[in-house]
Amino acid sequence: MTDYIPAQVGSVTKYVVVESFDVTPADLAARAYEISQGAMIKETCFGLVINGQPEEVDRLIAEIRSIDPDHIFIKDRGFPPGDSRRCRANLGGARPGYHGMEYEMTIIPYVSHGLEVLKNNDENKIAAPENPLAHRVLDISRLIKLIDAEES
Amino acid sequence: MVKVFIYPSTSLILSDMVARYGHTPLSSAVAIRERIQTAGFESPPLQITPEEPKKGLKWAAVEVPSGVRGRMALYGPMIEACEAAIIIDDADFAFGCMGCARTNELITFLVRQKNIPKLDLFYPKSEEEGVKFVAAIKRFLAGLGGSK
Repeated sequence: MTDYIPAQVGSVTKYVVVESFDVTPADLAARAYEISQGAMIKETCFGLVINGQPEEVDRLIAEIRSIDPDHIFIKDRGFPPGDSRRCRANLGGARPGYHGMEYEMTIIPYVSHGLEVLKNNDENKIAAPENPLAHRVLDISRLIKLIDAEES
Repeated sequence: MVKVFIYPSTSLILSDMVARYGHTPLSSAVAIRERIQTAGFESPPLQITPEEPKKGLKWAAVEVPSGVRGRMALYGPMIEACEAAIIIDDADFAFGCMGCARTNELITFLVRQKNIPKLDLFYPKSEEEGVKFVAAIKRFLAGLGGSK
């Protein structure tokens, strides 16, 4: 077995995903380059990948999020940007984690709407969502449909 | 700040929501980063070595496939460390090219066994559901206290 010597130890990497009509990844990248103090910034189709020391990345993230807080979403990434084990340039297709992110990108507009509404509303006055653990009773209209669909 | 386990552990939305409301999300990226940044034997792409399925024996029996045990070496410590959990029940993508349905079942089982505050949700499918979704998460996280 070959020895593994890690690179960029102690750094953190974060994804910045933007889903906005007003802000593009290029806008975010320009702003991030302006205020960056040594962090690595990579512009992507969905936003940015930022790599650097934790304090610097946190500062950048806070600043970038303030541009459009309801439409910018951030999560951790394990690998640094362009890592040959994950980068699609080496794999010949989307990296595995992209499919999950791509799916969630279809849901983000609903979440953004929720964040916008909650800026002016108390969350305690909003009804609870459907509980997945609750026993779901068969709806009468669905039962009628099932009976009607049954072949005689 | 409370350590909140999120399921799916790769979820962008949950990771963002937990951090946005002042808590620490426990996601798979953090566990992978630990391995990527630790010296040892070369084992690409995720630096999961033959040691991981051995560590996974703490959460899964020896006859359980090594894939489940190896994954549990990542998720098990996070489940033990978490003080709250948010679970999305209809996350079909968690069983994809990098996912494992049996590991997912074991993860949700272990989280549900733990005596911690838990929130179960479906992904929103409309703007109205989006409002309820965000409000439920905000209420839940505010109820945990100690946000940053």
